[in-house]
Amino acid sequence: MTSELDIFVGNTTLIDEDVYRLWLDGYSVTDAVALRVRSGILEQTGATAAVLQSDTMDHYRTFHMLERLLHAPPKLLHQLIFQIPPSRQALLIERYYAFDEAFVREVLGKKLSKGTKKDLDDISTKTGITLKSCRRQFDNFKRVFKVVEEMRGSLVDNIQQHFLLSDRLARDYAAIVFFANNRFETGKKKLQYLSFGDFAFCAELMIQNWTLGAVGEAPIDPDSQMDDMDMDLDKEFLQDLKELKVLVADKDLLDLHKSLVCTALRGKLGVFSEMEANFKNLSRGLVNVAAKLTHNKDVRDLFVDLVEKFVEPCRSDHWPLSDVRFFLNQYSASVHSLDGFRHQALWDRYMGTLRGCLLRLYHD
Amino acid sequence: MPGKLKVKIVAGRHLPVMDRASDLTDAFVEVKFGNTTFKTDVYLKSLNPQWNSEWFKFEVDDEDLQDEPLQITVLDHDTYSANDAIGKVYIDIDPLLYSEAATVISGWFPIYDTIHGIRGEINVVVKVDLFNDLNRFRQSSCGVKFFCTTSIPKCYRAVIIHGFVEELVVNEDPEYQWIDRIRTPRASNEARQRLISLMSGELQRKIGLKVLEMRGNAVVGYLQCFDLEGESGLVVRAIGTACTLDKLSSPAAFLPACNSPSKEMKEIPFNEDPNPNTHSSGPSTPLKNQTYSFSPSKSYSRQSSSSDTDLSLTPKTGMGSGSAGKEGGPFKALLRQQTQSALEQREFPFFTLTAFPPGFLVHVGGVVSARSVKLLDRIHNPDEPETRDAWWAEIRQEIKSHAKALGCHAVVGYSESTSICEEVCILSASGTAAVLNPRFLQDGTVEGCLEQRLEENVSTRCGFCHIPYDELNMPFPAHLTYCYNCRKQKVPDVLFTTIDLPTDATVIGKGCLIQARLCRLKKKAQAEANATAISNLLPFMEYEVHTQLMNKLKLKGMNALFGLRIQITVGENMLMGLASATGVYLAALPTPGGIQIAGKTPNDGSYEQHISHMQKKINDTIAKNKELYEINPPEISEEIIGSPIPEPRQRSRLLRSQSESSDEVTELDLSHGKKDAFVLEIDDTDAMEDVHSLLTDVPPPSGFYSCNTEIMPGINNWTSEIQMFTSVRVIRLSSLNLTNQALNKNFNDLCENLLKSLYFKLRSMIPCCLCHVNFTVSLPEDELIQVTVTAVAITFDKNQALQTTKTPVEKSLQRASTDNEELLQFPLELCSDSLPSHPFPPVKAVTVEKASPVGDGNFRNRSAPPCANSTVGVVKMTPLSFIPGAKITKYLGIINMFFIRETTSLREEGGVSGFLHAFIAEVFAMVRAHVAALGGNAVVSYIMKQCVFMENPNKNQAQCLINVSGDAVVFVRESDLEVVSSQQPTTNCQSSCTEGEVTT
Repeated sequence: MTSELDIFVGNTTLIDEDVYRLWLDGYSVTDAVALRVRSGILEQTGATAAVLQSDTMDHYRTFHMLERLLHAPPKLLHQLIFQIPPSRQALLIERYYAFDEAFVREVLGKKLSKGTKKDLDDISTKTGITLKSCRRQFDNFKRVFKVVEEMRGSLVDNIQQHFLLSDRLARDYAAIVFFANNRFETGKKKLQYLSFGDFAFCAELMIQNWTLGAVGEAPIDPDSQMDDMDMDLDKEFLQDLKELKVLVADKDLLDLHKSLVCTALRGKLGVFSEMEANFKNLSRGLVNVAAKLTHNKDVRDLFVDLVEKFVEPCRSDHWPLSDVRFFLNQYSASVHSLDGFRHQALWDRYMGTLRGCLLRLYHD
Repeated sequence: MPGKLKVKIVAGRHLPVMDRASDLTDAFVEVKFGNTTFKTDVYLKSLNPQWNSEWFKFEVDDEDLQDEPLQITVLDHDTYSANDAIGKVYIDIDPLLYSEAATVISGWFPIYDTIHGIRGEINVVVKVDLFNDLNRFRQSSCGVKFFCTTSIPKCYRAVIIHGFVEELVVNEDPEYQWIDRIRTPRASNEARQRLISLMSGELQRKIGLKVLEMRGNAVVGYLQCFDLEGESGLVVRAIGTACTLDKLSSPAAFLPACNSPSKEMKEIPFNEDPNPNTHSSGPSTPLKNQTYSFSPSKSYSRQSSSSDTDLSLTPKTGMGSGSAGKEGGPFKALLRQQTQSALEQREFPFFTLTAFPPGFLVHVGGVVSARSVKLLDRIHNPDEPETRDAWWAEIRQEIKSHAKALGCHAVVGYSESTSICEEVCILSASGTAAVLNPRFLQDGTVEGCLEQRLEENVSTRCGFCHIPYDELNMPFPAHLTYCYNCRKQKVPDVLFTTIDLPTDATVIGKGCLIQARLCRLKKKAQAEANATAISNLLPFMEYEVHTQLMNKLKLKGMNALFGLRIQITVGENMLMGLASATGVYLAALPTPGGIQIAGKTPNDGSYEQHISHMQKKINDTIAKNKELYEINPPEISEEIIGSPIPEPRQRSRLLRSQSESSDEVTELDLSHGKKDAFVLEIDDTDAMEDVHSLLTDVPPPSGFYSCNTEIMPGINNWTSEIQMFTSVRVIRLSSLNLTNQALNKNFNDLCENLLKSLYFKLRSMIPCCLCHVNFTVSLPEDELIQVTVTAVAITFDKNQALQTTKTPVEKSLQRASTDNEELLQFPLELCSDSLPSHPFPPVKAVTVEKASPVGDGNFRNRSAPPCANSTVGVVKMTPLSFIPGAKITKYLGIINMFFIRETTSLREEGGVSGFLHAFIAEVFAMVRAHVAALGGNAVVSYIMKQCVFMENPNKNQAQCLINVSGDAVVFVRESDLEVVSSQQPTTNCQSSCTEGEVTT
């Protein structure tokens, strides 16, 4: 006796959260059944393995049918085939678009192209996430990227509107899209200690301050091929950053800056002497990062540079985070007292964001 | 020109991409009714076209309005080649034709293609202007309302219940016409869908005419079925109960009722007559009368050549003579005469209802059924479907005579079905023989004399159990006792019926689903030889099914079956029998005795031991079941009841009458023996198997109950969370050396596993009851068995589930009081945090329901705002006639839909399971869309009447036909009714309650 056909269709579509998770995690039906058996569900419910198998198959089939709709979540809301309560719809969408930290760290900043997709095998092996799940997550990134790529307006809003994600998840996707678009390097060994959250935090600051959308400059001609408001860095701003070079190129200015900072921080910093000794190096590092941002390649290396030029030197001197904060605050603020320096607004736009990023990046 | 149909095509959405080059579609719409077609403009390059068309107007006869469906076809415009069809929508405009139903059909309909399934949606508005006077109206049957519900619909009152109406129409099946060889599968499927739609319309109109002739205005319990006879044609037949209904207009009638449907029944204002149970003496037993007739030469008039078990064609009992009565005799005769006069004007005193206004049902005799095996032949003249009519007339005649033999003049809970395999067809009919109160059957002619006699046993709720037949001239040997309730009348020891449990019946404990399952191999044969073989097998199957039912009933410690439905399915090389019923313990009937096992070889020691071991197991099971189903009947000593056996003098007469018919009843004598010694003889391995199989039925897991009636006896505090579902399983039998035992085991496992799966899937709804569990078996191919189950799972509130052994009066009192407690406690418990300063008015209490899952599932307001603005309204579906916790305020008309789906890429669609899963989901979606467009929010009395699945995996093909029906309704939550009446702000409470809720 073999089962040829075995289905269950409810007027309200039954969604089993546990099975959904297994499906999202890319397990085959057989593996999923084995995992469910291990969870002790048979003992709890008195069911048999055959029942579990049939149930799992049913759910997998349902999810498979729903997947097409999940690719465009508003469709899930308007479709008539599956009657699903709104709370469940939200859960389906949210979970479908959720991603693994380990996975996102592997692809963050990479071009979401076929080439990267080919690497998924390796990523799967490395992270222990099933290839199927990797594909789903990658395709999600790519899909969101494609949809919002050409759109104007707030990145987070666009994502939320077209994918109906929660605020938190929409922000994460904004970061992923932003990183993919600007191709920031995140995979270098020295960046391995950073979490996705660290990058997402930086992305959000950068979107808020360094993009066209940030300054509220609406293009006059809507048809003109303007840069995407939130996705691309403000080119003009990057160009202007060259002007900051004077802070390190002009020796007097550099000395004055150093003395201002040192005066203000004397006695307040545990690592004062290290700071004093390193000031010029650190300042050069930070200002040079800014000046180089006109080149795409250097934009990509932004985080590598920040870690190399700032985080690592401080860390090797064992600066506590509070000292880093004191220093950065003073370092940014003191520039206002440099009479010869005319780019105060530019400095604030640059340093304000950078300070936030650095503080976030500064940890073990 | 009696009608003008107006159609407007508004927009489309989610259309498929028809032009690969542009990834877009140039869509337009054809609107067709009868022979008139209109077209919209082409809306270029869009998957979401906005046609916003003018009103297309069709001026048509009302006859056409009834018969024809509105056909909407969405096409993709193609300049150079033929336009490609995207899909179609058929809209039955019947609901617009009667005044109380829908006034407009407006909404999004799935665009359906028989090859691709649903492909986007289309927004359509349909209206009908009927400018004719009432008389004109009556010429076609436009005004007659149809209900699938097998009880008096909730917002109506039955003035008169006229009786049986039936009709059938036949046609050639387009699938078998010569043209089918040259046309595409799509064209063929669409021709079929359209034809069946037309035939249904015609059938309904004809039935309507019959109703008007009877001076009724409605058909209740309308059941329409298709017989796909293959080469010989397509038969669409319908039966129903003609009634004159009055709309209950007074809002007072809609006092917020409790969830219990029994309460709702009581709203039907027959209550001035609290218990019209009359007092005739006599018990009844569940004997089923059966006749198997096979007319070897096709289409001959009926002759029961091979009917060896025919009990009742020549009724031996002098009905209505009143000659041999005891105390109630003369009156019984009187009653009988009156009922008779009311009923005998009718050709068939049948009622498709399964639940009745209080007082309608006087006595129940038992189940009557008849089957007949026929050879199909081509229907030569579709306009004169005489043979099919004659076949059914024969069967009905038999049912009628069976009922007579049981001392009854009517048959209630009546239904008909067929099973077809190649050219052999088994026609079946069954029902419950009953004595009815004539006052509902005609206008007050006989009321006077009857009502004087009604007062006597007002207090008893056992009248329907009392035997309607003459105890000295019983049609079969039965074991009678005095009623355990009133102690005056005789009752049988077991009672089988096809109806729902009467609302005023006193039940002890809870009920449960009882199934008998049986397979019998049969040689492959042709034509007459085949039919004869089947006819010969049928009696044995019926007998065994019956025995199984009886054994399982005893094993459960119960004494009555309700909702009994026996399905016999014929296949190429086997016959399947599946009987489902809900077992209960009726307080009026005697406690069932246990099951005694007797071995045939008493000298063998180890064998003895084995037997006694089995006996112990059986006894344990009975004891366990009694506990499980809370069956604790009050202990009554024998003296109080008196001797259950008739007096010696009568006994001899009884025996005499028994011996008279002994040769006929041997096989069916299932109630033999003393009540304490229901003996199972184990004389061979077969019997051993049987006993084993008895014990293999596993009870549902704790927290689950199941029944195939509308509601579960003993549970009356349903919450509003319901989940209707359909589950289909097909198994392939290993073809080698199949024996009956192996077959039985396979079939048994199939059903048991299916049930287990259901319990597992719905475990989150515990405590929960599967209601109206409806199994259908078919044998699509040689080695395939298909089982389809449709049911609804309803959760109930466990804390209040304990009021079981009360009489209905107490029950309702208690309900009322618990209601009050609920009113006071629930909202305070749940809402006090959010409403600290707002004293909660007790009236509002029921709004808690609002917070509990409103849709079929849970509508928690989670913190995910984007999804809150869903535009798709929830439409509930249920096979029951009511919605727990809600009030049906309007019936919008019947939904009767027929779909065909075919695929030539079976593997790509996920194999047979993927294909059928998607199709059933689509059918649900289309039903919901139609209901929503009518302005409704639920389908009640939903039933999947047919699910014919055929596959050809080698060719990567499959085809499925599904036919569903139900009543589209508008319901209002009782809590909402409250809110409206008390005008209190409740939102706070709701949101706060919502949070605490458990997810399913």
